[in-house]
Amino acid sequence: MLDLKKIRADFPILKRQVNGKPLVYFDNAATSQTPQQVIDVIVDYYSNYNANIHRGVHALSQEATDKYEAARHTIQNHFNAKHAHEIIYTSGTTESINLVAHGFASILQKGDEIIVSALEHHSNIVPWQMLCEKIGAVLKVIPMNQDGALVMAEYDKLLNNNTQLVFVNHISNALGTINPIEEIIEKAHQVGAAVLIDGAQACPHIKPDVQALDVDFYVASAHKMCGPTGVGMLYGKEAWLNKLPPYQGGGEMIAEVSFDKTTYAGLPHKMEAGTPNICGGIAFGAAIDYMNAIGFDAIANYEHELLEYATKSLLEIEGLKIYGTAKNKTSVISFNLDGIHPYDVGTILDKLGIAVRTGHHCAQPIMEYFKIPGTVRASFAFYNTKEEIDALVAGVKKAKMMLS
Amino acid sequence: MNIQEVQNEIIEEFSMFEDWEERYQYMIDLGKSLPLIEEQYKTEDNIIKGCQSKVWVHAELKEDKIAFTADSDAIITKGIIAILIRVFSNQHPKDILEANTDFIDQIGLKEHLSPTRANGLVSMIKQLKLYAIAYQTQLN
Ligand SMILES: Cc1ncc(COP(=O)(O)O)c(C=O)c1O
Repeated sequence: MLDLKKIRADFPILKRQVNGKPLVYFDNAATSQTPQQVIDVIVDYYSNYNANIHRGVHALSQEATDKYEAARHTIQNHFNAKHAHEIIYTSGTTESINLVAHGFASILQKGDEIIVSALEHHSNIVPWQMLCEKIGAVLKVIPMNQDGALVMAEYDKLLNNNTQLVFVNHISNALGTINPIEEIIEKAHQVGAAVLIDGAQACPHIKPDVQALDVDFYVASAHKMCGPTGVGMLYGKEAWLNKLPPYQGGGEMIAEVSFDKTTYAGLPHKMEAGTPNICGGIAFGAAIDYMNAIGFDAIANYEHELLEYATKSLLEIEGLKIYGTAKNKTSVISFNLDGIHPYDVGTILDKLGIAVRTGHHCAQPIMEYFKIPGTVRASFAFYNTKEEIDALVAGVKKAKMMLS
Repeated sequence: MNIQEVQNEIIEEFSMFEDWEERYQYMIDLGKSLPLIEEQYKTEDNIIKGCQSKVWVHAELKEDKIAFTADSDAIITKGIIAILIRVFSNQHPKDILEANTDFIDQIGLKEHLSPTRANGLVSMIKQLKLYAIAYQTQLN
């Protein structure tokens, strides 16, 4: 059982009013809120030991380096990576994906095949499209069904000896579907393909074990799991990270430089050119500690309760349709009111202090599939309450009354 | 009426509403009641993509004034369009170019004209002004 009163007290922003109403924050899938424990770490960094890392002999630099590397270990332990140097700090999921795509540009050959899913965040399809165009590789798509679940029988048909890489999100941001990544990984490995899993939406709810999954690459953003924006991570198996070329040139990533030849630093520095988001990395570690102290099992159980409660309450509203009804899903509800544009619903909810996301959620292919301009998406976190869901339901009813 | 007079009239109308709900209900009703554009002009060419809601704009020169029609697939956006059309349509291109949209702030709808709002309204106003430039050149 979660001590909700205590948890909510950790998040200063939850005391805010919006448009004269208490804030109801249901846009957690876009970004999560930040607990005081993480804010304190950020303030402590800039107040007490702000310095550049890995290059100073002085005390502050050493302290900052130690904390930054300790956070890397926290991330390593959380994802159960075998080595700390298999964790690469990035600016977020997007950069992590681009890093892998950039690396595969020097591995793939004409005629090779990449498989992505129909449930992807569309900005994440772009790096693969660019890559395929450049190399003459082929991009294939695992389709989804009416429930918003992937059609695994089709996946089986797409896999062959030309498949080099499979890219799938662990959980869909638009619909909340939890994809069967264990099966996806195992089958990809049977044809010798590598697998990159986008964990941006999964990590706020689930604690993935990269060794048990035997996944080749796994990526996430801190800002969706109680951490700050602009920092994230790439897990890559050591052998894979060694095989990929450096992502960017710059400081940190080199061992020796002369005008004739530069030798690269070892992992993880080879992939981390320039001064990183030091404070962000340390705060990412603090966010992971915070979530683990609450416990991912407790979080998952409670969020499931919220999801069931909200689904049941919302479906009592006549003319409300939920998109994404896969059996396995997280606390995301994407819905529309019959004949009403999601933008209008979102606007009225905003007036009531309720923050939801409206639009296509960067998943236009999914919206095209359902032939809708977008949805209203309410996404819940462990600090949300049933009372807030009641406020949402009342708000949706009010929007319906005003708009129809 | 010139643009300023229409704006003053709208400000006066809105001053009678007590709270956001009345303001929004008024806009929603405006959006629902008005056929704002003829179906034939709802073309790809006339569409302004605002990411979330779509806006269509059509312009015609009638003597020395521009008649605008416009529409949106979202009703609140459409309500605001109705207000903007009332202000800008059947005016001289020069006056349209010189006019501002500060009155939107005064009637409590400022947030809808934020450049980051993704409802197409900011692009719509830009489009109205572009038509005004084009027709002014034609008139000279
Ligand atoms: C599934 C998924 N992948 C990737 C991203 C992009 O994450 P970021 O913007 O932190 O790079 C998001 C964020 O919305 C997401 O939901």
